[in-house]
Order: sequence, then C-alpha cells, then structure tokens
Amino acid sequence: MSFINYSAKEINCKVVYYGPGLCGKTTNLNFVHKKMKPDSRGKMISLATETERTLFFDFLPLALGEIRGFKTRFHLYTVPGQIFYDASRKLILKGVDGIVFVADSQVERMDANMESFDNMKSNLVEHGYSLDKVPYVIQYNKRDISNCVPVAEMKKVLNVDGVPDFEACATEGAGVFETLKGVIKLVLAELRKGA
Amino acid sequence: MFDEESREISDTIGRLLKEANAKSVYLVDKDGQLIASSGETSNIDSTSLASLTAGNIAATGGLAKLIGEKEFSILFHEGEKDNIHISIAGERVILVVIFDERSSLGLVRLRVKKANEALTRCIENILKKMSSGKAKENLLEEISDEDIEKLFQ
Ligand SMILES: Nc1nc2c(ncn2[C@@H]2O[C@H](COP(=O)(O)OP(=O)(O)O)[C@@H](O)[C@H]2O)c(=O)[nH]1
Ligand SMILES: [Mg+2]
Repeated sequence: MSFINYSAKEINCKVVYYGPGLCGKTTNLNFVHKKMKPDSRGKMISLATETERTLFFDFLPLALGEIRGFKTRFHLYTVPGQIFYDASRKLILKGVDGIVFVADSQVERMDANMESFDNMKSNLVEHGYSLDKVPYVIQYNKRDISNCVPVAEMKKVLNVDGVPDFEACATEGAGVFETLKGVIKLVLAELRKGA
Repeated sequence: MFDEESREISDTIGRLLKEANAKSVYLVDKDGQLIASSGETSNIDSTSLASLTAGNIAATGGLAKLIGEKEFSILFHEGEKDNIHISIAGERVILVVIFDERSSLGLVRLRVKKANEALTRCIENILKKMSSGKAKENLLEEISDEDIEKLFQ
C-alpha cells in the first residue's frame, strides 16, 4: 500500500479510476493532465489500442505540494473497462490506496455500472482487500447528456455505503478536481489512521 | 523507508552499476513507485519507467500463473543499442538494469544475482521494521481541507 519513504520524506499513493467501458475514466485523467501545472504533473502514459480504447492502463503521476514536510505524489491509473480485460483490471488494483468509481449517467449504462461495481468488489477481494477498507468515492459522470438517470436514483443503486460522491461532466471538466480532491482526502485520512 | 536501509540500498545499486558496467540501475516497488536509482538517469523519465516496469512484471506474472508458474523472476528486453534486464528481488521489489554493448547479458545476470541477495535482506529488514511499528510516526495527525486545497495550488 502507500509507500512512505521516510528518508526522502515522500508519500506515494496509488489512485485507480474504475468503471464500465466508455464511462469517462480516461477523459478524467486527460482533464487533470491538461489543468495541472507542468511542474507538478509527469508524463501521461496511455496504453491504448488503435481505436483509443484503454488496453492496459492510463497512468498520470502528480507531484503535489507538501504535507507536514512530506512531499506527496499521487499516481493516477485507469483500468480498461471492457469485460474481456478483467485480467489487466485485476493487476492494476494491486497496491491501490484509493478508488474513484466512475459511473456513466446514461440510462442504458446503468446495468454496466452495476456490473462493473460488482466486478471491482470481487477483484479487490482477490487481492485480499475489501471495499470497506479501501477508501473510495463515486463520480456520476456525463451529467450533461439529456437522458441521464436522476442522481438520487444512481445514489440508491451505487452508493449504498454513503461514500463521498460527485456529479461530473469530464469532457468539460466539471467535477473532475472535486472528485480527485475527494479521494485524496480519504486516502490521506486512511494513511493517518494506519500510519 | 528508513535512513539505514535507504543508504544500504543506494550503496548496493551503486555497486551493481559499476560492477555490471551498466548505464543505469533502478529499484522499483511492485506497485509502480520508484525507490532508488543510480547512473545516467537524467534523460529517462523515471516515474514512467517505474510504472511501466511494474505493469510489465504484473502482466508477465499473470501469464506465469496461466501456465502454472509462480512468476517469471527475470525478464530481458533487447534493443538495438540499449537493453533492459528486469528481475524481482526479495519478492517485493523490482531491479531494473539498463546496459549497452559495454556490458553483456552474462555479466549483468551475474552481478544482479549478487545484488539481489543484499537487496532481499534489506527489504526484509524494512518490512520487519514496518510491522514492528517503528514506522508509526505521528506523520499526519490532522489533515485539514485547507491542507488538501493547498496541494493543488
Ligand atoms: N457527453 C459526455 N461525454 C463524455 C463525458 N466524459 C466522457 N465522455 C465521452 O465518453 C467517451 C469515452 O470516454 P473515455 O474517457 O475514453 O472512457 P473510458 O473507457 O472510461 O476511459 C468519449 O467519447 C468521451 O468524450 C461527459 O461527461 N459527457
Ligand atoms: Mg479508457
């Protein structure tokens, strides 16, 4: 889990964006990448197919400021959403410190949201983690589209644990940083408990 | 990581760099975080290197399981000029050696083996210290919302 390097005074945390295919995970990272100052973001890596579907992962390292004299680094990953990439999804969850579950607000994607959420739970269990231990937040993405499911309904289905949740339109950037800050807050709080 | 082990780790990979005639050496956590590096590292994006190495090890580990192996402990990628030797040390960390024609696979392999032993010991010590609670410093007692906002300024 979080790698605290006492001699370099660094905290390194891994945050994974999880969710069904095409819900907007890569778009979230792209927006963060675009908006961060160049000196605090590293190179974004996308291991994608020729049709821009995430094949293995997207990776965006962020070097943020200091907390109590410790430099903080957050490594953001996305998983490939397609059902058949389950093996790679599992691998990326290894060592995860916090999760953003990105849900697609389109009516026709509600089943896919639930399926992906269950898949996330069982993949965590395979690593010996569980959702009540790993900090996570939920993002209801694509709020801009016309046929979106009311937030209250999405909450009822997806946010049974009552974790922090955020509405977003990742293409415009609305809610993207709120979500990221939300998960970082939880991760650091967890570190405090565990450290 | 702790100062003592940190020093031992940099000594070990520094020695490996010299003895293997390598261009650069990196030590990476299996979760994709860079722990230490040595040699000509300034022209390589080490954060990306760490993440991709860990992804590579994870993917080949998955392949190993598929065919009934525990894991592949050594990977070797040969390029036109530079080559990468990747190996697992102490089950927990990954040692990456980049070398060119001034060295050879045989030499690198030999030196890596020796370094692995030292690193394994070191990692064990770190893990022991961490579980015995010496790492439990009061690091982040009170994190406020402002602290987090400040991170993004
Ligand atoms: N309308 C709308 N489209 C979005 C939004 N976020 C992402 N998309 C689109 O959804 C598609 C899939 O996004 P992508 O980030 O690749 O999904 P991923 O599979 O989760 O990585 C792309 O065409 C995006 O432009 C959003 O908030 N609103
Ligand atoms: Mg993607």
